[in-house]
Amino acid sequence: MLHLILFIVFAAICVFGAVNLIAQRHPISSALSLIVVMASLAMLYLLLGAEFVAVVQIIIYAGAIMVLFVFVIMLLNAGEEERTRGSRVAIMFGVPGLIIGASLVTWVLLRKNIAAGDIAIGQFHGSAKDVGRLLFRDFLLPFEITSVLILIAIMGAVVLARRSE
Amino acid sequence: MVPLSYYLILSAFLFACGVAGFLVKRNIITIFMSIELMLNAVNLSFVAFAAHWKMLSGQVFVFFVMVVAAAEAAVGLAIIISVFRTRETLNVDRVNLLKL
Repeated sequence: MLHLILFIVFAAICVFGAVNLIAQRHPISSALSLIVVMASLAMLYLLLGAEFVAVVQIIIYAGAIMVLFVFVIMLLNAGEEERTRGSRVAIMFGVPGLIIGASLVTWVLLRKNIAAGDIAIGQFHGSAKDVGRLLFRDFLLPFEITSVLILIAIMGAVVLARRSE
Repeated sequence: MVPLSYYLILSAFLFACGVAGFLVKRNIITIFMSIELMLNAVNLSFVAFAAHWKMLSGQVFVFFVMVVAAAEAAVGLAIIISVFRTRETLNVDRVNLLKL
């Protein structure tokens, strides 16, 4: 019961943040609501027993990546978004398509009997030790390739952002 | 006890919000944030399935998604900065030429 209440509270915060991200016109407000979404997602990860992922979510996403976003927003002095007229065809086909797609997904997910597999608090733990063991044993090659990816990303960012003479 | 489907529906909703933001917004930084929202939605379903099947591999995949998101954010924001330097705008409607 407690689990369900906590889930509903944090899911509601998540939904509010995601809708607010679209509704706000100023990019800094969007960035702050994205941080709200990420923090409440970290709480949901804790409910699912993924302790390591929850902490990493806060540190990497809400910390590092969003700080980068806010830095760029302030660096470029991004102001309010300009309003542009949306095309009528997009509204004519987009809104019914959205409703049909959402009801289809909900129907499929609720109809399938995966609801039998409930998830309880304290049932399953993804501690740093277990995740680390899996990461450095079974997923060692992808992990090493990831470090090359990060290196390339650093070089790419430096080359792209450099002021060309 | 929360059914797995609730987590999946929340994940689908967040992903749809990301897609809608990607299509509706005109500021290039907000579009980029919508992509991050989509990645987060996928992470939620990864973690929910990891808890459902009692396998930690899902959480390791989340770790890799986060690494890719960090690399993507660094490169993407560098691209945004260099676009802003040449065009003096963040509105994607005004960035409609490949040529400088």
